[in-house]
Amino acid sequence: MFDFLKNPDYDLVGAFWMTIQLTFFSAIGSLIWGTILVGMRVSPVPIMRGFATVYVNIFRNTPLTVIIIFSSLGLFSTLGINLASPDSPTSLADNGFRLAVLGFVVYTSTFVCESLRSGINTVPVGQAEAARALGLSFLQVLRLIVLPQAFRAVVAPLANVLIALLKNTTVAAVIGVAEASLLMSTMVENESDSLFLVFLVFAAVFVALILPLGLFLGWVAKKVEVKR
Amino acid sequence: MSAPSVLYDAPGPKARARNWLYSVLFVLVLALVAYFVYAKFDEKGQWAGALWKPFIEGSTWTQFLLPGLVNTLKAAALSIVIALPIGALLGIGRLSDHKWVRIVAGAIVEFFRAIPVLLLMVFAASFYAFYTDLEADTRPLFAAVTGLVLYNGSVMAEVFRAGILSLPKGQTEASSALGLRKTQMMTNVLLPQAITLMLPALISQLVVILKDTALAGQLTIGYDELIRGSGPITGNFNNTIPTLIVVAIVYIVLNLLLSWFASFLERKLSRRKKTPRGAKMLEDAPSLVTTTTQGGSAV
Repeated sequence: MFDFLKNPDYDLVGAFWMTIQLTFFSAIGSLIWGTILVGMRVSPVPIMRGFATVYVNIFRNTPLTVIIIFSSLGLFSTLGINLASPDSPTSLADNGFRLAVLGFVVYTSTFVCESLRSGINTVPVGQAEAARALGLSFLQVLRLIVLPQAFRAVVAPLANVLIALLKNTTVAAVIGVAEASLLMSTMVENESDSLFLVFLVFAAVFVALILPLGLFLGWVAKKVEVKR
Repeated sequence: MSAPSVLYDAPGPKARARNWLYSVLFVLVLALVAYFVYAKFDEKGQWAGALWKPFIEGSTWTQFLLPGLVNTLKAAALSIVIALPIGALLGIGRLSDHKWVRIVAGAIVEFFRAIPVLLLMVFAASFYAFYTDLEADTRPLFAAVTGLVLYNGSVMAEVFRAGILSLPKGQTEASSALGLRKTQMMTNVLLPQAITLMLPALISQLVVILKDTALAGQLTIGYDELIRGSGPITGNFNNTIPTLIVVAIVYIVLNLLLSWFASFLERKLSRRKKTPRGAKMLEDAPSLVTTTTQGGSAV
């Protein structure tokens, strides 16, 4: 029944390892860039606020598919931007992976930014006022007082963003990154008689990745929440 | 903290000068990036008029972009129309008094919420190809809508459940005191109020659906939506970048309109003051991002 799992052509573990790697690097990148964006979005410099607002509105409303296709066909094929050294034997795969991560960071950071912004809104006004009364500058207020509390308030929304990102990494299949959905689409073509089994295997792994992650981060969210 | 300005003092002469300095530096950085993009485009000849001209000709729009857009909207509209009742059923099922209904509805919702839409679509495409005798040219639409309905139906279930749960308990108690049966209570008292509360979240979910339709042209699914529909333009004029930019603009405009409509509705509803006392306005759909996101999910 599960013969297809033993077929050496189908590297199931490798495909899901790729999915996890894509998620990991994109999550770190999105967290950093999203935090910088939210800093700009609430900053005293109008032009930075404007830039961050426009950036968020543009990329949040573009389908991820368009962004990923653009990073491959636009940046790489047309503009010739290669993110991997052309001499390395795995150059093509590395480049696809890095372009996909770039696309995910560009897209997901907008959601990180919006979550953090709503987190900043949960911090009581008195906190920032007290910090300013102590003579802290804007960056100090943000870094020492507001963002630490905001982060603790948005663990749950950020967990949703992370779970969405994990599912979104399947879009990388569109530009040929060898991750889970690309393997599944090859397998359902070749193993048409065990279509349901193939789907169930992939679905089960995703459920097994996402449910514990959600439960764990939900527990973390409760644990670090600022009690008010 | 409603106004972000509590984060910094009103700028005095020194701070104003410093903010000016930062503005100038930031504009310089932006200009540098813009110049880099411009130079790169220029180097590869991407500013050539021939690449952009197709988009000011009516035939490009009537032949490729508009049919693609119509297909995108068709898939999105079908998905929401089918997903809404399914979501309502599943959401109410999760609140059922019968343990088994709760467990089954909960399992379905959690299962389909955890699976990427792309996998659902790929599976549905193969399923229709192998096990049904649908025409080859309608299969892609079926596959796209099936994938979107399975995923969004379970997201909507959570929206419905949250909407009903956010109503004050007095509503349930009053209706059972009047002797209403459970079905009557749901259809006559709870749902009408919950739907009003949920409307903004439901429209935000539309944005997610619209963005997810973009997946339907990829891999083995092959639905002729906007992106796939614009393929021939790229083929004819070899203008990948201009085409993708135009396609992205179409999506952005549509989604911004939807988001504005959602917040307009939210303001209107909150001004109407008809929200039952004690009810909390819902946040966005549980996962704002999917493919956002979306956040809804989804990011």
